[in-house]
Amino acid sequence: MITKALKQGLTLAVVMSFLVGCSSSDNKGTETAPTTGTATTPAVTETAPLSNVVYFDFDQYSLTAESRAVLLAHADKLKGASVAVRLEGHADERGSREYNLALGEKRANAVRDFLVTQGVNGSSLEVVSFGEEQPAATGHDEASWAQNRRVEVKY
Amino acid sequence: MKRYLLLCLIFVAGIAHAQLNLKVTKGVDNPTKIAVVPFSWAGGRLSEDLGKIVGNDLEFSGQFEAIAADRMLSFPRSEAEVHYRDWKALGSEYLLIGSITQQADRYYASYELFDVVQQKRVFAKLTVDGTEAQLRDMAHHISDKVYETITGIRGIFSTKLIYVEAFQKPQKYRLMLSDIDGFRPRMLLETKFPLLSPVWSPNGQRVAYVSFEVDNKPAIYIQDIATGRRQQMTNFRGLNGAPAWSPDGQKLAMALSKDGNPEIYVMNVLTRQLTRITNHFAIDHEPTWSADGSSIFFTSDRGGKPQIYEVNVASMQQERVTFDGDYNARPRVSPDGKSLVMLNKRPGTTHHIAAQDIKSGNLRILSETNLDESPTIAPNGAMLMYATRSGGKGVLAAVSLDARVKIIQPPKQGDVREPAWSPFFK
Repeated sequence: MITKALKQGLTLAVVMSFLVGCSSSDNKGTETAPTTGTATTPAVTETAPLSNVVYFDFDQYSLTAESRAVLLAHADKLKGASVAVRLEGHADERGSREYNLALGEKRANAVRDFLVTQGVNGSSLEVVSFGEEQPAATGHDEASWAQNRRVEVKY
Repeated sequence: MKRYLLLCLIFVAGIAHAQLNLKVTKGVDNPTKIAVVPFSWAGGRLSEDLGKIVGNDLEFSGQFEAIAADRMLSFPRSEAEVHYRDWKALGSEYLLIGSITQQADRYYASYELFDVVQQKRVFAKLTVDGTEAQLRDMAHHISDKVYETITGIRGIFSTKLIYVEAFQKPQKYRLMLSDIDGFRPRMLLETKFPLLSPVWSPNGQRVAYVSFEVDNKPAIYIQDIATGRRQQMTNFRGLNGAPAWSPDGQKLAMALSKDGNPEIYVMNVLTRQLTRITNHFAIDHEPTWSADGSSIFFTSDRGGKPQIYEVNVASMQQERVTFDGDYNARPRVSPDGKSLVMLNKRPGTTHHIAAQDIKSGNLRILSETNLDESPTIAPNGAMLMYATRSGGKGVLAAVSLDARVKIIQPPKQGDVREPAWSPFFK
């Protein structure tokens, strides 16, 4: 278990150093996803926990560079492992409630597809969407909304 | 898989539920003034004040102003006691008088309407009867009759409302049924998991909705309102959402992502046979039927942003319908089939309720509140209700289709959302 965690940290560090090099050009102005701690801190140590949440832009279900980096680390852990993974998609409260369920599912599907392309066994990945029903932050402002447009990787 | 569940919850009597209390914030510029004289009653205490309910109903339309009883100069009980000058002095255009009598356990409410300006009786004495528990129904019936006589539009005061109430700590959701004025709330279902998208069957006897109660995953249910008996209609992998009854009540349109992506399907309610309607890698969601049932309007982001599309059910031909705004979703068709009401956002603004003339494509923003969603149209097509936020709470609001009348519920306990306006009964 300990070696696995170490390995995970190292993988993340490698990913991060790669990411830091290219993330500045990927900045999209106002629609910023919240920082996940690990994903944007350049000085990643071996003990940095791997975030199990990836964030999305408003009304979007494409993965950001930050999200791909986090998911690469997860893929590395999950490859070859027979762990059941639940991908829970969420949306912010704006717009239609049902449409937000679809948005959450599309986001979770994007995460699943990415993990599968990275070698994770698709049959171990379960996708669920809660739309705007289970917000992580309950405020009604952009800071809260940014935290709610997310997929939680649970295993 | 057929599943019949009998819910005892709805039979639990005596639980007092918070009642919606919608207030008109903006009426028409020159509302019609009507005096509703307190109904005469020879008995002891009566549980409901019929005259007051009728006055409140008419004011709820935003088109009437009811004259307060304490300003009245006389309290006529029959045509012989009506002195038009008393009502002209108050600026009243109409006068409604009524009386209640009782025979055994039945109550009889008789009422007459007078035109003060023309100094004549509008309709001869009419009588409606019922039990004590039906006194509010009798008042709403009188409101409907008065409203239709004066405006020429069928009244909606006897219609009902279904909505969802959400609670935190502990998290729970309730499916509620009430009179359209918010009175007499009754719980149809309580669950710890998300509950959304209630829709009335066209005959007003059943409700379809989405509940996450099994394994915290969405499934579509149909519930008989009177008995509480219900059936789980879908149990597919992924999204099971947005049920919509066909006008003949025999089919349910819905969105399913069982094949990997949200698509529109139509299910035969009896046989449960599924027909796939759309096939696109984008989101296709939130179906609703055209007034004649020949086509289905739905939300799709196939053009990059959510917009409304229409698919003809026979030819399967599809066409984009909305072009105004960068977000159009959750369509509803007006009863006359001419207007589309939906959630609209223009670049740089927040989400509002908008109405679009289907033929011309002209779109009008109807609401001025924030975070608006879930519009539902009254069966007479004159007004629509929707969910919005006020004071940190989810509340219901209403607006007339000409945007002249605006109504909102003051924020209270719980979060109220997902209103569904019933059809006319019988």
